[in-house]
Amino acid sequence: MAQYLLSVITDSLDLATPEETAAIDVFNDRMIADGHWVFAGGLGGPDTATVIDNRGERAVVTDGPFVETKEFLIGFWIVEAADLDAALRLATDGSKACNRKVEVRPFL
Amino acid sequence: MSATEAAAAVARVHRAEWARVVATLARRFGDFDVAEEAAAEAFATAVERWPADGVPPNPGAWLTTTAHRKAVDRLRREAKRAEKQREALMPSDAPEPLGAVDDDRLRLIFTCCHPALAMETRVALTLRMLGGLTVSEIASAFLVQEAAMGRRITRAKEKIRAARIPYRVPAGEDLPDRVAGVLTVLYLIFNEGYLASGPGTPPVRGELTAEAIRLTRLVRALMPADGEVAGLLALMLLTEARRGARVSASGELVALDEQDRGAWNRELIAEGHALVRERLASGRPPGRYQILAAINAVHTDARDIRDTDWSQVVALYDQLARLDPSPVVRLNRAVAVAELDGPEVALAQLDGLPLTGYRPFHAARAELLRRLGRSKESRAAYGAAIALAGNAEETAYLVRRRDQLAGP
Repeated sequence: MAQYLLSVITDSLDLATPEETAAIDVFNDRMIADGHWVFAGGLGGPDTATVIDNRGERAVVTDGPFVETKEFLIGFWIVEAADLDAALRLATDGSKACNRKVEVRPFL
Repeated sequence: MSATEAAAAVARVHRAEWARVVATLARRFGDFDVAEEAAAEAFATAVERWPADGVPPNPGAWLTTTAHRKAVDRLRREAKRAEKQREALMPSDAPEPLGAVDDDRLRLIFTCCHPALAMETRVALTLRMLGGLTVSEIASAFLVQEAAMGRRITRAKEKIRAARIPYRVPAGEDLPDRVAGVLTVLYLIFNEGYLASGPGTPPVRGELTAEAIRLTRLVRALMPADGEVAGLLALMLLTEARRGARVSASGELVALDEQDRGAWNRELIAEGHALVRERLASGRPPGRYQILAAINAVHTDARDIRDTDWSQVVALYDQLARLDPSPVVRLNRAVAVAELDGPEVALAQLDGLPLTGYRPFHAARAELLRRLGRSKESRAAYGAAIALAGNAEETAYLVRRRDQLAGP
């Protein structure tokens, strides 16, 4: 088994609708029952981000995300899956449930 | 055995065995890079040894065993791959049972054509891993720098490993979509070769059609029951059969109605027709490639353009439009309608198609307007077609047709 990060990508700060929330709950419950679930969470928007760079002599704090983009990360799942095909199937259902794009990336 | 004979034997065995060796090693070692490199080393060893030792009685098994040893050697050398070395099986001199090996080649095809890889990457990986073309050959066929093509293939192998793209034949409900994905890659390879062939293009480009046919034959042998695989093979054969008549000695495209039908390859046509008949006899509803093959079968059945059964062609395009109601299909249908119901009816069907950036659309309009005697509009339509990018043979044809128009 391998782990994958399923990133939820969006271009709007609108919160999940009640229908989307309900669908996400159903999807989460099924992932737990099927043994795929590791962790999940929703994030604040890019405006709530702060970047710290402590590679130099002193830490530099910057307001905002490390890169401004039209689309951004708004939530994620970490899942256990046998291979990419299995992870893509989970992402397909997850994208439908939360009604947003999902990016799949393997943990090394 | 002379060096020339040995070299010829290696080339022959390369065509026949490359995919099998790579596919077997990819399964044993779970790593495309190891499989590709070891297979290449094994063939290099054959080039060195066969002139002195002779061609072994079972070249495929000899190459697989040699490649296996090369792979184990490499894994031993690379400490960072220590984990994989423990997973590797010990070399065996016994040939693999044929059935299992064939399954590996099918696994290899589906992994190379996985939807998680970009289309151009699938094409390159298929030609390298399955077709055995060198990176340099693939690069020159697609007119990109060798280093860039090498990076593309390396990135693909890394993604397959890191993201764990599985090495297997997709099961059940996924299969039809995934087969369609494989066929798209094969057809793209074919068209790259077919549409680009002519003076001034690297010869390896033209060889892509032969390579695409060879790989499609392989897929057909591995999946004999799949109608679309048979359909695509028939479509390629019936298209390839006319290749010699398609470009004139002066490097100009020759349209279907002007082609010397005596120059068509009867053998390929017979094979293509047999496949189309086989699909018709199956009684199963045909997919896109089977319908396209059937259309090509109607064309290649006619000894003269005037003998073409245009009502059959239009009926087949109707069938295709039900599966794929795209503007390009409607354009092709309209071209056949012109032969059946006249250019005026066909021209009306072209009106409003959202294809103003598509060369064949303007070329077809120009031809219909010419037949209606509307020279001025026809000239403008030829101009619009010529202004859009396309290959040199086609441009030469369009320019001649435009310049033949009467009056200003």
